[in-house]
Amino acid sequence: MRAGQVKEDAFPSGRSAIVGAATFGMGTAPGFNNFDLAAHASIKALAQVGLTPKDVDGLAVVVMDETMSVLNFAEYLGIQPRFVDNTRTGGSSFQLHAASAALALEAGQCDVALIAYGSDQRSAAGKLISSSRPSPWEAPYKPLRPISSYAMAAARHMHQYGTTKRQLGEVAIAARKWARLNPDATMRDELTMDDYLAARMVADPFGVRDCCLVTDGAAAVVMVRAEFARELNPRAAYVLGAAHETTHREIAQMPDLTVTGTAEAARRAFSQAKVTAKELDVVELYDAFTINTILFLEDMGFCPRGEGGRFVGDGAIAPGGSLPVNTNGGSLSCVHPGMYGLFTMVEAAQQIMGVCGERQVAGAELALSHGNGGEYSSEAVLILGAAATAARHQSMR
Amino acid sequence: MHPEKEHFEFLARGEFMLQRCRSSGAFIYYPRVAEPRTGATDLEWVKASGLGTVYSTTVIRQKPPKTDYNLALIDLAEGPRMMSRVEGLAPQDVKIGMSVRARIISEEDRPVVVFEPAT
Repeated sequence: MRAGQVKEDAFPSGRSAIVGAATFGMGTAPGFNNFDLAAHASIKALAQVGLTPKDVDGLAVVVMDETMSVLNFAEYLGIQPRFVDNTRTGGSSFQLHAASAALALEAGQCDVALIAYGSDQRSAAGKLISSSRPSPWEAPYKPLRPISSYAMAAARHMHQYGTTKRQLGEVAIAARKWARLNPDATMRDELTMDDYLAARMVADPFGVRDCCLVTDGAAAVVMVRAEFARELNPRAAYVLGAAHETTHREIAQMPDLTVTGTAEAARRAFSQAKVTAKELDVVELYDAFTINTILFLEDMGFCPRGEGGRFVGDGAIAPGGSLPVNTNGGSLSCVHPGMYGLFTMVEAAQQIMGVCGERQVAGAELALSHGNGGEYSSEAVLILGAAATAARHQSMR
Repeated sequence: MHPEKEHFEFLARGEFMLQRCRSSGAFIYYPRVAEPRTGATDLEWVKASGLGTVYSTTVIRQKPPKTDYNLALIDLAEGPRMMSRVEGLAPQDVKIGMSVRARIISEEDRPVVVFEPAT
């Protein structure tokens, strides 16, 4: 392939940071529209570091039902940002926004970047809202998108590797155990393996408890350059790596249903951040379906290919386990307002900031925030680190 | 070539056709104006063998009186993978690796490619 001179990936590792991170309206928030919710979360995140909307000159927003959402939201906040990002890749959009914001901050194209999301889908629609046209190649077969696509990935993983329904259940139960430590989580009742196995079937092998919630909710993060971050928040979460991978749109075009673009995105993000999977203190994955956690842990190298089902057994990813995964309760038990990516980023940042209360992972210095868009179509990985990790990184340059 | 339009016109006449790239010999599905990656536009329509293998499968569960139905991904003998369903057996009896054969049915006034066990 002729691609001109090959340039090394020069992501500005540790040169920007999340200084504020907030959620709003978790679960149900009737009476608010998408932008009301996003505005509440934004103002909360900005206020954490003494900023207001007029300080924002970089803005990234997507919502489910408005394709030009960044224009609406800039207008709503009363600002005229120099840098905007309206990239829509589904649930991974926000990790892509953070990657672009890091570059824009480094290039001086903005000084304060706000990434926000809000959705009233539970109160307004009561079900997952689609913002894509029906596919002529899929619609005649009445797929239950996106659930049936992920279900077929689970079926394939079970066929190839002997992964079991009970192992999927371990993922749901671990998420619920974390949610029980999070006052903002939607589902806080105990979930037993018997409850899990008895749940109504939706698309084999998935029952209701294999599928993400349908909720309202909003989230926002504020990003600035490292120099400003040190002034604003001594416990800021520095962006050490940010990479994403696009592999397909429709599930029939995914080359291998047991390997996602997360593998390549993680490889690049780890390389930018100069870290390995085993150094991470906390991992926030886009667990829209139980099989996701298993696939993404394999993709990121936490266990060998095909071993993900066994890896999540015996409470390994639950509170007190060897690897804290989805410490907010994930989209299975905490929140899933249509797109969940920004919530993994808020939770990863808040773990670094040390503000997670009962579910706080002691001494968390390196956290991963993952985004998944479409049907394993767009995968994104963000590596966040405390000031000390960013300083180590700078000294290695 | 008008890929989507022509594909469905063939189907309406009872023909399940795939695109083939003359230069590479590779088959393409879903139909498009150029071969993925190479961008080659020397595409022709070729009759599909109709043979395939189930790559993955699920049963979409519905509340009665609506009935459960199958959804599957089929690896066509020619190479490409397509979404479809397998009929002629209970939806949960469709298994990964099963050999299947295509047939064209009419559903909601449109032609649809579905599969049935090949044996």
